[in-house]
Amino acid sequence: MKAGWSILLAGVISVLTLQYSSQVFAQTNEQFVPVLVYRTGAYAPNGVPWANGFVDYLKLVNERDGGINGIKLTHEECEFGYATDRGVECYERLKGKGPTGASVFNPLSTGVTFALTEKVTADKIPLITMGYGRSESADGSVFKWNFPLMGTYWDAADILIQHVSKKEGGAAKLKGKKIALVYHDSPYGKEPISVLQELAKGLGFELLTLPVTHPGVEQKATWLQIRQQKPDYVFLWGWGVMNSTAIKEAIAVGYPRLQMYGVWWAGAEPDTLPAEMAAKGYNALALQHGADHTAVHKDMVKFLYDKGSGTGKKEEVGTVLYNRGMINAMLVVEAIRTAQNKYGKKSLTGEQVRWGVEHIQVDAARIKALGMEGMMQPIKTSCQDHVGAHKARIQTWDGKEWSFTSDWYESNQKFLRTMVESYASKYADEKKIERRDCSKES
Amino acid sequence: MIYRENGQFKTSYQADQSLFPILQDRIFVILVVLAALAVVPLFASDYLFSAILIPFLILALAAIGLNLLVGYCGQISLGTGAFMMVGAYSAYNLAVRIPELNLLLVFVFAGLITTMVGMIFGTPSLRIKGMYLAVTTLAAQFFMDWLFSRVKWFTNDSPSGSVNAPELRIFDYVFDSPMRKYYFVLLAVILFAFVARNLVRSSVGRSWMAIRDMDVAAEIIGIRPVYAKLSAFAVSSFIVGISGALWGFVHLGSWEPLAFDINRSFSLIFMVIIGGLGSILGSFFGAAFIVILPIFLNRLPVMLGVPISTATVSHLEFMTFGALIVFFLIVEPHGLARLWGIAKEKLRLWPFPH
Repeated sequence: MKAGWSILLAGVISVLTLQYSSQVFAQTNEQFVPVLVYRTGAYAPNGVPWANGFVDYLKLVNERDGGINGIKLTHEECEFGYATDRGVECYERLKGKGPTGASVFNPLSTGVTFALTEKVTADKIPLITMGYGRSESADGSVFKWNFPLMGTYWDAADILIQHVSKKEGGAAKLKGKKIALVYHDSPYGKEPISVLQELAKGLGFELLTLPVTHPGVEQKATWLQIRQQKPDYVFLWGWGVMNSTAIKEAIAVGYPRLQMYGVWWAGAEPDTLPAEMAAKGYNALALQHGADHTAVHKDMVKFLYDKGSGTGKKEEVGTVLYNRGMINAMLVVEAIRTAQNKYGKKSLTGEQVRWGVEHIQVDAARIKALGMEGMMQPIKTSCQDHVGAHKARIQTWDGKEWSFTSDWYESNQKFLRTMVESYASKYADEKKIERRDCSKES
Repeated sequence: MIYRENGQFKTSYQADQSLFPILQDRIFVILVVLAALAVVPLFASDYLFSAILIPFLILALAAIGLNLLVGYCGQISLGTGAFMMVGAYSAYNLAVRIPELNLLLVFVFAGLITTMVGMIFGTPSLRIKGMYLAVTTLAAQFFMDWLFSRVKWFTNDSPSGSVNAPELRIFDYVFDSPMRKYYFVLLAVILFAFVARNLVRSSVGRSWMAIRDMDVAAEIIGIRPVYAKLSAFAVSSFIVGISGALWGFVHLGSWEPLAFDINRSFSLIFMVIIGGLGSILGSFFGAAFIVILPIFLNRLPVMLGVPISTATVSHLEFMTFGALIVFFLIVEPHGLARLWGIAKEKLRLWPFPH
């Protein structure tokens, strides 16, 4: 018996050593992309398609193009279940992998974004938070390493108000209206409050803020309040099972779905499918793209799924969150490509990739070349503006699928920029960060 | 054979009451401390420091604090997360509002504030016991959750409710690298483990244990339950408050109330139960079990080179972890510290058992 144990132990140790030594001799012309995911827990319904889209795109670039200019992309997933402390552990685990360390982190969690903001600054790794994260990090002169690409929650809040005021027939008509914000009680859900409060002051509508505690399966009290207060609109800032629960509760208290607007994280198939037809008329912002099927999806099927190397299920290719993960990975790839043009076609460090993220330029022609025509608007980042594009549109659930029901809106930058800058300078003062002079950055 | 106290005669009261009466224990503890101070930093990577050792040490500290209350005084508390939260947020407010204040004082004051809060929430223990007390401490958990996420003043009006810890600077020395942070936490843990070990063999500690074993009898022999129970709450909250401040300032750097939610309270009470009630060493075992084991289980398939999907790894982690908790509690209901004790008993006879 004892001998058996020692043999087993020796075996484990030798395998571990072998594994370790094989890592040491890793290929040098590789670019490592860490993937923080949550495939388990209360947020898995939304975390899984995003992760599949992200990983599939990385695989596709390797399979179809042979990497980025010959540099193969490698990746490793780390499951953190949307828990901040495990997310930080994943970050520490993955940041040093690959020949040059992690290229860029995409935590898909606003809480983890807050926790990593200072760590990435110290480790010199860019942090892309596409459509989430800290809104004030749009100001790249203070937040050198944060990139809330394609839109922040402040953009989202502003665009939603633009839409409802248009629906009412002008911003003046919003006066005296009541808007309820049902939000996930975490940094994610709280982000839009400051902008909505400012807008409420300016436009004269009343804002009700109704928090829902993690994970959001218990919302009876919240919706009772909505039934009593009868707000004209409900904005839903939920994630994971909280979204589908909210829609079911709205049905239960008879709140009209037509008057409900979700943020872009509350507008995907897993949110509405549980209620199916009953959710008909529910609206949500689209972070530019919806559930599309374009040329790139055909490539996905051809190069990955037909060969059996796809990450998820074939039917799920092209769903809303799958596309979001895919676009996110695309921007990572484009950033690396941009950085390669400057630093040479080799494995790049996080610091070099950061330059690339700050100089992403994906115009209409490039979008078409990438096979994503119609999915997104051109995006161009700079030291000043780490978001790159501030546009979104509304999509509506018709009982079976999502479809766009509005034109493009662009958030009011004149108003938001002053807020971004004031919050960013507050952060800079607190942390004693010296602002970069963006006119001198190249 | 090696672990045998034959021939170690105690000729004075001092020797009889020393911290570690057995020479081998003394040597062992000194060696462990020296290894932690001098050997670990030689080979540990940043990952080991910031993802494993620092959280392990901080939660071990919290577990020591909780063990004083639950293990030594027998007062069940489910509000440890709340007390950590109080520690973290009071440290944050002190550091942000009085920037001149030395960070060491910030931590001490944060501990003292938590002490007061802990005593307030400990007063029901004078009337009620056991599960009923657990429920009242649960109130602390929900109240603090509400307080720090709703009252904006505590978060310095941060728009998202998430706060950022200021730089760790003490007397112009900045604790910025993982190794420095590790030393900072390690010294705090050594200090408090020493204090706790001393406390439990003092008259205060003995009065706690008397209350735990039978409160009526303790009262009859002259121990005042009010003092004993409230002092246990006070000391425990102080240590837990400091660990909360460390968790926020050193480990997370930026946090929201969710970092100290009810799950934190539960995991701490599990640490104490699995590690061993009424054992300082057990707190370390328990913290290691709850903090390090899941991460190890999660990494094991990759280390072994077994290709399993991330989701499956995660599910396996939960299942194995759960099974191991059950296994250890069946094998030794008194916790890992008791297992350690049995191992020592066996070593005493080894290699010639009866």
